[in-house]
Amino acid sequence: MNAAAVTFNNVSITYDRHVAVSGMTGCFSPGSVTAIAGPNGAGKSTLLKALMDDLPVASGKIDRGGLRRQDFGYLPQTAEIDRHFPLTVADTVMLGAWKETGGFRRLSRGSAEKGLAALHAVGLDGFGHRHIGALSSGQFQRVLFARLLLQDPTFIILDEPFAAIDAATTRDLLAIIDRWKAENRTIVAVLHDIDQVRSYFPRTLLMARELIGWGDTETVMSPANLQRARAMSEGAAARLSVVAQ
Amino acid sequence: MSVYDAVLHPFIEYGFMRRALVACISLGLGSGPVGVLLMLRRMSLVGDAMSHAVLPGAAIGFLIAGGLSLPAMGIGGVVAGLIVAMLSGLVSRTTVLKEDASFASFYLASLAAGVLIVSLHGSNIDLLHVLFGTILAIDANALFFVGGITTFTITILAIVYRPLVAECFDPGFLRSVRGHGSAYHFLFLFLVVLNLVAGFQALGTLMAVGLMMLPAAVAQLWARTLPVMMAIAAITAAVSGFLGLLLSYHLGLASGPTIILVAALIYGVSLLFCPSGALRRVFPARI
Repeated sequence: MNAAAVTFNNVSITYDRHVAVSGMTGCFSPGSVTAIAGPNGAGKSTLLKALMDDLPVASGKIDRGGLRRQDFGYLPQTAEIDRHFPLTVADTVMLGAWKETGGFRRLSRGSAEKGLAALHAVGLDGFGHRHIGALSSGQFQRVLFARLLLQDPTFIILDEPFAAIDAATTRDLLAIIDRWKAENRTIVAVLHDIDQVRSYFPRTLLMARELIGWGDTETVMSPANLQRARAMSEGAAARLSVVAQ
Repeated sequence: MSVYDAVLHPFIEYGFMRRALVACISLGLGSGPVGVLLMLRRMSLVGDAMSHAVLPGAAIGFLIAGGLSLPAMGIGGVVAGLIVAMLSGLVSRTTVLKEDASFASFYLASLAAGVLIVSLHGSNIDLLHVLFGTILAIDANALFFVGGITTFTITILAIVYRPLVAECFDPGFLRSVRGHGSAYHFLFLFLVVLNLVAGFQALGTLMAVGLMMLPAAVAQLWARTLPVMMAIAAITAAVSGFLGLLLSYHLGLASGPTIILVAALIYGVSLLFCPSGALRRVFPARI
């Protein structure tokens, strides 16, 4: 993976005419693995959308170092997708081959095999013909990971990948993240579980509408910084504070 | 009364019944699949709104042509429907109003404007025809019009099936692969408007959407894959047309409303008997 660095220079983003994120300065270096933490309503998802160029920045600059839109792979929050849509697991995973198939071209045998391999990698062998509506939320999350595997992106963005997911699935999917890490892909994930952040993510971006810390996890996740994150969005920080204790 | 008298005779004897039946089947083939996609996008209400939005355009066509002229009213309807679709999309993107709220505002305004325009220069009968259709007065030209729209719809759906379905399922993903999602979204809205205009002479502006949404709802209850859903929706619409025309012939009822009520009846029966329906919940062991 010859990834490029993505650099934020004093970036502010407005959403629905409110300032959702301000003063973000820092860098996702190539092959880095970064957790984004912060209380609910801290603007984490907004930051991800701006990172992918889905939302414009209000001020400041994001330098994507030549990465194009299709170099980013995005895992949305599960609530954003209609899980009862009448598609099969194979249909969903093979969307990941869009770079090759586009809207109209046929799927090559090679890509079909890669799709099967991706299903195998997420532990869903033989699930190709199941309807996604019949899957558990953990299984559905595995399907989305398989789609990402097939997409083969240089820069992977995961929005709350383990929210409402069972422990076994979380363990398997963390193994996939490890595999991406070994392949030197850049990974950014929004997480709520501080233990997960400490054990799997060497770098952390802690935010509560504005930047609190962006650097090595041990430095950023200091009690003082977590206290600041709580204070900066009182009330909404309840979830993080419970985990932090 | 023999089966022949009851079921076949009306269609063999009367040309207007045959043309009405062909129009219904053709409408179902186009509107059914479009309705399924509309429902899966959670845009059922938008379909309703668009059908009202067609009205003022059709009314202006009525004024210009000086009577019930299908080409003039059809073109007017398509133009008006597209303008409302674009304007309300614009409003919901640039203000805090959600898309359904802006659609509701636009369709109320369109309905009022349309009724006003028709009543300026037409009779109450004209107004009734515009609002509720004249399926028994469909002539060969109208059939070509409806058939042409159906052919166009099915061809376009077949060509853009993959990107359209991807856009319905996960618009964020299509954006992330630069899939031109909004272009397909707009093309789809165009198909919705076209099919509402096709249904417009047969069922009128207010009920054209009935042959789109009711069969789609039935299909969602019975099928779990998209192609089967589309087929069930098309068949449901055609069967509703056939049974509705027969009932209206024998009982002397108005045709358009009878067709829609038959579709509604099929929906009601499906609610009870479909795999996840009410009866299976009450008697899980026996059925």
